[in-house]
Amino acid sequence: MLSPGTFRTVREAGVKTRADYLLEVDNVRKEFPGVVALDNVTLRIRPGTVHALMGENGAGKSTLMKIIAGVYQPDTGEIRLKGNQIKIATPLDALEAGIAMIHQELNLMPYMTVAENIWIRREPLNGFGLVNHRELNRRTAELFRRLAIDIDPASEVRDHSVANRQMIEIAKAVSYESDILIMDEPTSALTDREVDHLFRIIADLKAQGKGIIYITHKMNELFTIADDVSIFRDGRYIATHAAKDITREQVIAAMVGREITQMFPKEEAQIGEVVLSVKDLALEGVFRDVSFDLRRGEILGLAGLVGSGRTNVAETIFGVTPATGGQIRLNGQPIRIRSPREGMKAGMALLTEDRKDTGCFLALSVLENMQMAVLTDRFVTGGFVNQGAVNAECTKMKDAMRVKTPNLDERIENLSGGNQQKVLIGRWLLTNPKILILDEPTRGIDVGAKAEIHRLISRLACEGVAVLMISSEMPEILGMSDRIVVMHEGRVTGILDRAEADQVSIMRLAAA
Amino acid sequence: MEPLSNTLAAPDRKPKRQRRLPTEFGILAVLIGIALLFEALGWGIRGQSFLGNQQRLLVMILQVSVVGLIAIGVTQVIITGGIDLSSGSVLAVSAMVAASLAQEPGYARAVFPSLSGLPFIVPALCGLVIGALAGFINGSLIAITAIPPFIATLGMMVTARSVAQVYTRGQPISMLAENYTWIGSGAVPVVIFLVTAVIFHIALRYTRYGKFTYAIGANPQAARVSGINVNRHIMLVYTLAGLLSGLAGLVTSARAQSGQSSMGLGYELDAIAAAVIGGVSLAGGAGRITGTVIGTLILGVMTSGFTFIGIDSYIQGIVKGIIIVAAVVADQYRQRRRRKV
Repeated sequence: MLSPGTFRTVREAGVKTRADYLLEVDNVRKEFPGVVALDNVTLRIRPGTVHALMGENGAGKSTLMKIIAGVYQPDTGEIRLKGNQIKIATPLDALEAGIAMIHQELNLMPYMTVAENIWIRREPLNGFGLVNHRELNRRTAELFRRLAIDIDPASEVRDHSVANRQMIEIAKAVSYESDILIMDEPTSALTDREVDHLFRIIADLKAQGKGIIYITHKMNELFTIADDVSIFRDGRYIATHAAKDITREQVIAAMVGREITQMFPKEEAQIGEVVLSVKDLALEGVFRDVSFDLRRGEILGLAGLVGSGRTNVAETIFGVTPATGGQIRLNGQPIRIRSPREGMKAGMALLTEDRKDTGCFLALSVLENMQMAVLTDRFVTGGFVNQGAVNAECTKMKDAMRVKTPNLDERIENLSGGNQQKVLIGRWLLTNPKILILDEPTRGIDVGAKAEIHRLISRLACEGVAVLMISSEMPEILGMSDRIVVMHEGRVTGILDRAEADQVSIMRLAAA
Repeated sequence: MEPLSNTLAAPDRKPKRQRRLPTEFGILAVLIGIALLFEALGWGIRGQSFLGNQQRLLVMILQVSVVGLIAIGVTQVIITGGIDLSSGSVLAVSAMVAASLAQEPGYARAVFPSLSGLPFIVPALCGLVIGALAGFINGSLIAITAIPPFIATLGMMVTARSVAQVYTRGQPISMLAENYTWIGSGAVPVVIFLVTAVIFHIALRYTRYGKFTYAIGANPQAARVSGINVNRHIMLVYTLAGLLSGLAGLVTSARAQSGQSSMGLGYELDAIAAAVIGGVSLAGGAGRITGTVIGTLILGVMTSGFTFIGIDSYIQGIVKGIIIVAAVVADQYRQRRRRKV
């Protein structure tokens, strides 16, 4: 096994490789607590090609790339670079071995100049050992000329648009002169013109014999620039095809092609009148023209890839980020909702997507977590909390939801994800909502708790609650929803009835 | 100290009830330990009891009552995840304004010669309102402009100190009327401190105000999504902290029978130290008034004890500094261990 340092020496000596593949990943497995993120994954990258990775959210693409780039360590399996087995323990190792990654989250330092960002850790020094800024800027200008990027090397990163920053990231990755470049959804922040520019850069890199791993959710990009396509599903490698030999339909089928194994306890609820009607709803720069009706007793699924604007729509309806356009009607009456407080007054509840970030009060007890929302308008007299009454309600709720906790005084931090989620759902049920918005209600929780939460959602619908449910899990959306709204890049691309919806029809609308 | 904390920790190991001891027990043990240490040193060095002298104990609490009042205010601020550096300066402004309205009738060099002989309520109310106003400005800045509490209250700290100086061009205000100075005389400050502590203890534990305060500190986004008006609440919390600084200003000026622009210098840090020693987490969401009161008393026992045994009072700072840091390190350690379980 070669160390990354040795590998760098070999690389810099300009030794030509006769290996057929730049990169070979064999039987890589990676487990996180409770989930198998990657299961025996294989990948082969040929020199001078663009290799696209396709898969739904959570298919394991990003985890695999992070392993190749040294961010994570695989539990088992091996990686070979130009035929030599190699161990990549840190991101620095990956860079030395000739693998550069453009991360999905931008990693630039806003208060430093463009040039400083690109050459960080590799700054040219003058005779005194100080950074030679003139040389630094000259090198950057040269790099930008080569890539036809029009950005002042001496300007500060914070003054640039997200699209420009993305181009700076790309230039930084290219500056490592790596053999392999990993791009994780590089176009999500770019306009069409910049996408063209990026594709020209990619074509140029290809011509130099480099391998480019390209993660995308966009079908048309795939067919524009990819040579090979590897498809992943649920942490497993499915297949690799030449892009010219495969159709869009075949890719989608391979991406979603799993059987629905879980049973969904959906009961037939009496679907009543429209309670919430959204028309041309917009949040500037995020989504627009979103229209749909939600009825009493209905479970309306909201599907779409991550970043399609699903969560933003939910948050806007509830008042977290007030709408900048369009109309919301509650029982036929137009209503303006400017804060979560107003959303609650309108009879709504929102279970947020991120349990830790916007859901739990981790430092507080189960009781405090459960009672916090209802205290805004019940169980309080003259400022004093009627703790006896709240305790009784919370105990009832805890038992009804079968929350596993020694007692209500336990810190919520010590509960499992599924039980935390039940506490948070309980928090909202105590407010007796007429409209329940659930954003990824079962993400990251175990199968048993999942089924219980599904049963609960179904029962609430039967009791006349209108449910809007966002989910990235196809089986959940298909198993629970009466109708499904599908979004793509901030627009509604279709609304499907339960009867006509299947994985392929949803994925076609979601990937547009 | 060690055998003592062992005996206090013993009930924790009772097999049946899984209830944890309140975190205050640890800090209470430290308080008792320090007091007993001085008791022993007292017999050894001076041949008399440290704790046996009631007069000394009263003076001891009297000395920390003012810092204690501020500490109660800053405790609830820290629970929301914020900080208040302005309390010492706000105390000075309140003290100056109240004192200027409470001078003896007929005193030739009064600040407002025509405004003498006013009933107690006038200077008292003005002092409190000034404090609350300063707190309200702090809270508004933090809530509306979203600047860090550290910066907002640092600005107020510098500004308010200057206001206190400008008010009389640096001249002290003396000859305060007796109908005013009573609130600083005898044990009155101690009573004010303890009553305030009880009120805020109840407010934090049993009212919606308290629940929301902890919620905001634990997770401001979750608090907002739960329907809490976070901005309004933050403003209220800082306003109340300012009000307590104003109250501390009244007590200070009444006790000194004068108003001086240098009053309360550095008190904000003593108050924060008292809260932190008492287990209030700077990360927000955790802490209690009982802890802060104990933390305040620890500061008082140390000051009084050093004077009592006649050790160089300059050493106080060293010991105080070590205790503050040790308290936080111990707290961190305890939390980490709890999380592992």
